[in-house]
Amino acid sequence: MQKDIFAQVDLPRVYRRRQLVNSVMLGLTGLFLVLAIIPLIWITVYVIIKGGHYINLDFFIHLPRPMGTSGGGVLQAIEGSFVMVIIASVIAIPPALLAAFYLVTAPNTPLATAVRFSTDLLAGIPSIVIGLFIYAIVVVTQKHYSALAGGIALSTIMLPVIIRSAEEMLKLVPRELREGALALGSPEWKAALRVMLPAAAEGILTGIMLSIARATGETAPLLFTALGNDNYEIGNMIRQGVRHHQSVLAILGQILDQPADALPLTLWKYAQQPYPERVQQAWAVALVLLLFVLTLNILARFWLSHRRRQLGE
Amino acid sequence: MTLTVKMETKELSVFYKSFQAIHAVSMPMYENKVTAIIGPSGCGKSTFLRALNRMNDLVPGSRVTGEVILDGGNIYDQGKDVVEVRRRVGMVFQRPNPFPMSIYDNVAFGPRLYGLRKKALLDELVEKSLRGAALWDEVKDKLSQSGMALSGGQQQRLCIARAIAIQPEVILMDEPASALDPVATLRIEELIGTMKQWFTIVIVTHNMQQAARISDYTAFLLMNEERAGELIEFSGTEALFTRPKDKRTEDYITGRFG
Repeated sequence: MQKDIFAQVDLPRVYRRRQLVNSVMLGLTGLFLVLAIIPLIWITVYVIIKGGHYINLDFFIHLPRPMGTSGGGVLQAIEGSFVMVIIASVIAIPPALLAAFYLVTAPNTPLATAVRFSTDLLAGIPSIVIGLFIYAIVVVTQKHYSALAGGIALSTIMLPVIIRSAEEMLKLVPRELREGALALGSPEWKAALRVMLPAAAEGILTGIMLSIARATGETAPLLFTALGNDNYEIGNMIRQGVRHHQSVLAILGQILDQPADALPLTLWKYAQQPYPERVQQAWAVALVLLLFVLTLNILARFWLSHRRRQLGE
Repeated sequence: MTLTVKMETKELSVFYKSFQAIHAVSMPMYENKVTAIIGPSGCGKSTFLRALNRMNDLVPGSRVTGEVILDGGNIYDQGKDVVEVRRRVGMVFQRPNPFPMSIYDNVAFGPRLYGLRKKALLDELVEKSLRGAALWDEVKDKLSQSGMALSGGQQQRLCIARAIAIQPEVILMDEPASALDPVATLRIEELIGTMKQWFTIVIVTHNMQQAARISDYTAFLLMNEERAGELIEFSGTEALFTRPKDKRTEDYITGRFG
């Protein structure tokens, strides 16, 4: 090894140039970082300014007052969102997790490829088309709008998000862990349920929370499914049911069967009203929705980063 | 041949956040000699090695106190260019990590970073480096093939060729043979023996026989009560393995713990 080849290169010049390029690029990166977070801060601050002063306790515990009068709240929208997100979660989470396990356990089978492909396609379908589809198969069949139809539409939104995030999280689980369980003679399902699921639990939960945040913010799938309902109030439905000596199941059926309101739906309707009180309330609804989604997102990201740290990434 | 100190640590400590991984290690590394670092798992051998070309800079929350002197200058000095440090102090990792590109491009990657563009020069340097890593005869007819298609031992020698292509002065090796079979290990060991005529070599190994076979000097690290690695003994390899001065060194090399 002769040490003469680099004599032909002016190394100090190379170092100087690299340092210069380095500082320029670092500066650019910082600049664009700031640019990238401006929209988030802007939206948040703007919505807080416009909607913040209208938020009070009444807003959360009362139904809307008639148009043109002030006061009242959006209890129906909060409860409707809540009910439909729960319906969507119950429908979407179990099959999504099973699908994710399949994708991780048998990653290269034709079925897995097909599932992965169609999941990606499903994630890309415009949400209004999903709403229309559920309208055709649920609302038309049932002959009325309902919280159930809205929940089914939202579950279709959540499904691909959960499948892909759960698959990613399960892939992070070291292969040796699964093989360790199988080497003891454990059946696949037990290795999945008792070893892999706990190892990936936090990450999967994060994905679920993100999908819930996404579903909570959706308007389009609810337009032709949940429709909207200014009088959707669970407490009232339960009181009515008890007065008429209905069974728990019948009351639950009521809650699912009624057309329901949701926060984004209310926001969309109110924002088009000619009454200034309604428009103000729309801003307040926007704030509630934003805070809810932001909180879920922040919690989820926090858990995710915690999980990544645990795995030593 | 006179003995020159090429590199030297002075009271070198490494921290990961609040955890101290290395505690005040001071030792020399002599020019054109092989210095082996041995010790039980978790005693900070790799951390120490990575501090010698500032690879720990890449670990968030890591902090270094003390000095690493390379030819009289501290590599941790304010304003010291980390790129220059890494050009002068190369590194070979535990697992062979050839880049996803041809054998030729793997070796030429470093020289190109430092502005070497002329085809003729690169050709010459690639051949020289591959010869230096005892790989030339095996790959000279397939330089355009992917480096990842080679066997494990060949991959590791490719990584050595890649490291020496930028003509560093010191080469750090982090258990370079631990992922290889015995035959490939032997070739790497022979290679280290020839490479020391050109470079100063520092090697971490958990294989004491390997340290005894290939090194001229050996440092024994052990963790103290706070689990930070400390230098227990540094001396000529033969002396350390036949007449250890410290009881703990003797216990370790005779296999009583670790």
